[in-house]
Amino acid sequence: MFAHLRPAVTLCLLFTVLTGLGYPLAITGIAQVLFPAKANGSLIERDGVVIGSSLIAQPFAGAGYLHPRPSASGWNAAGTGASNLGPTSAALIAAVAERRAAWEATNDETAPIDAVTASGSGLDPDVSVANAIGQVERIAAARAVDPAVIRALIEAAVEPPLMGLFGQARVNVLLTNIALDGAFPLPTAIGE
Amino acid sequence: MTLISYAVYFLALGGLAWVLAIWLAQVYAGALPRSFLRIEGALLRACGAAPDRGMTWGSYALAVLGFNAAGFVMLYAVLRAQGWMPMNPDGIGGMAPDLAFNTAVSFVTNTNWQAYSGEAQLSYLSQMAGLTVQNFVSAATGMAVAVAVTRGFVAKGGIGATKGSFLGNFWVDLTRSVLWVLLPLSVVLALFLAWQGVPQTLQGAVVASGIEGEGQVIARGPAAAQIAIKQLGTNGGGFFGVNSAHPYENPTLASNMAQSLSILLIPVAFCFLFGRMAGDRRQGWAIFAAMAVMFAAGLVVIHGYEVAGNAMLGAGPNMEGKEQRFGPMLSALWAASTTAASNGSVNAMHDSFMPLSGLVMLIFMQIGEVIFGGVGAGLYGMLLYVVLAVFLAGLMVGRTPEYLGRKIEAREVTLAVLAFLSMPIGILVGGAVAATVPVALAAVQEPGPHGMSEILYAYSSATGNNGSAFGGFGAALPWHNTVLGIIMLLGRYAIIVPMLAIAGSMIRKPQAPVTNGTFPTHGPIFVTLLVLTVVILGALTFFPVLALGPLAEETARLSGLRF
Repeated sequence: MFAHLRPAVTLCLLFTVLTGLGYPLAITGIAQVLFPAKANGSLIERDGVVIGSSLIAQPFAGAGYLHPRPSASGWNAAGTGASNLGPTSAALIAAVAERRAAWEATNDETAPIDAVTASGSGLDPDVSVANAIGQVERIAAARAVDPAVIRALIEAAVEPPLMGLFGQARVNVLLTNIALDGAFPLPTAIGE
Repeated sequence: MTLISYAVYFLALGGLAWVLAIWLAQVYAGALPRSFLRIEGALLRACGAAPDRGMTWGSYALAVLGFNAAGFVMLYAVLRAQGWMPMNPDGIGGMAPDLAFNTAVSFVTNTNWQAYSGEAQLSYLSQMAGLTVQNFVSAATGMAVAVAVTRGFVAKGGIGATKGSFLGNFWVDLTRSVLWVLLPLSVVLALFLAWQGVPQTLQGAVVASGIEGEGQVIARGPAAAQIAIKQLGTNGGGFFGVNSAHPYENPTLASNMAQSLSILLIPVAFCFLFGRMAGDRRQGWAIFAAMAVMFAAGLVVIHGYEVAGNAMLGAGPNMEGKEQRFGPMLSALWAASTTAASNGSVNAMHDSFMPLSGLVMLIFMQIGEVIFGGVGAGLYGMLLYVVLAVFLAGLMVGRTPEYLGRKIEAREVTLAVLAFLSMPIGILVGGAVAATVPVALAAVQEPGPHGMSEILYAYSSATGNNGSAFGGFGAALPWHNTVLGIIMLLGRYAIIVPMLAIAGSMIRKPQAPVTNGTFPTHGPIFVTLLVLTVVILGALTFFPVLALGPLAEETARLSGLRF
């Protein structure tokens, strides 16, 4: 046992320097040079101010915006969490029914499943295509434009599954809302 | 369509693992370029490790224990002291003693159970110089032990041949695993992930104003480097609390597939490595086949239930706790892989999976993480079942059982059963106590059978050194931090030490030539026998308690009950 003591401790120290400092710092250096925007969190600036990250959902409640999926952690990007409620949970079933009623009241469509269930991260940046299309009429009305134009903008924003084989089609909420603001600015709060 | 997707995934996995096994065989035989050998030789001698000296099984086991004990002490110290140390831009304080104990044990044993939430309770220094280091060396420990155990089964030699009774040198196997396998693979994967959008920065959280004026504090950090090794080393501990469901930890479908492949890559490669070391690749294929059959069966169940969804929530797949980009299929594939491979990372919340999906995940962990399993750990765990299967076959035909030409006798079977017992002790005893002691029971989130599943999942995950959780289980209580910590130690070392002892005993036995009367251990009959042994021994041990958890919940769900 004691014969092993010295290599045990010194190898621990060696690997700490190599894999705990050398490796992550080298990766940091390379990533910051090669992909600085992504390595810093895919942040989006507007007028010099960071407004969010294209990967991180943020809450949207206004009628003129595409709304993200429900978040069990209130879109907290510094302390993530999910509902972790099981499939027979009365609390979950009640929460979903409530979300469905709210979604269908604002959108006048049948709510797709992703619009009424909370995501795993609480920060899901995407919604399903059906979810996004279901919100078109409401967004168009709020921005006083033809729904067909909004629909076209959303359809152009659809990201397909990888190689047509893996994952689901989806629409990034924040990027779509930025595009909406750019193309069809909200009528500034006269009637509101 | 789904079938094509899975076929593409498994072909890619099998191909990559097959190629990797060729490299692994060279690495552990020391058939490396001279410059590589010079580097590792210099490092080892500088550390006083005498790389040329062989180790008996006892010496090998002591080296493993000594190295992991040193690693535990260092990690515990870093976690306790992180508040006073540098690289802490978000000003996070030191960890409480019970949580630091649990976290240190969890990372040293390759479990990566997360009773903490990364972005809130760990400084960047702890993530890097603490957790990432153990991600590497706990994985390398498992790989080294698997190689040593394999040598015991396959070495050419005979009784008393002193040279032949050495299982190798732990320091050499360990260093080679890190330097020539884990580190290069991690560099490639980390850069790929950073390219896909996983942050790799030393700057602290950023404040974003938000479009509708609702501000948002966005945690980030040097995540890509840690995520790469967490997947490759079957560690699984996430940089962020919600692990690979977090869009920073797993931003795209490409990042998801790369991570999904990485979870199983080295464990699958170790099956093929076994065949190569045995000088008979069919032996490796047989072990691979047994694992693959069980994996496929479980995956079909999880996939089916998650795609069918939960009628009580509405039509469509079960999307509660899942990310839109992944959907039910990629979440099912990940759930099966991560519980089979003792990885424990998640890209969807297991607590919200359908009851029978949860059942499969529980069984995968409870049989001892032998379906591919942890890096190295899956192989030596499966060899435990091989010993038992060969023994059962011997009983059935009335001959002394043999494996790879060596007799399996009372000592090996006793040791194998001893190792096997750590699973029921950890899960059933630990779980039963947790279900009765009020301070422990406070962690359970849900009433009804799902609460039972939560307890069972926590104790199965700890004993199997998996690390995933039913997240509703509030594990961050002193009781669970302590007990789960002890159980993780049991689940790791109460298998490593007996398996090394079996290898040490096997290597001293003479090798009998293969004759007509030898029971072949590479054909479909042996694969079937091995699968049955795992199912009967593993699954039946836990069937009664599974009936109280996921099975009860499924019957309740079918009759429309809610809790």
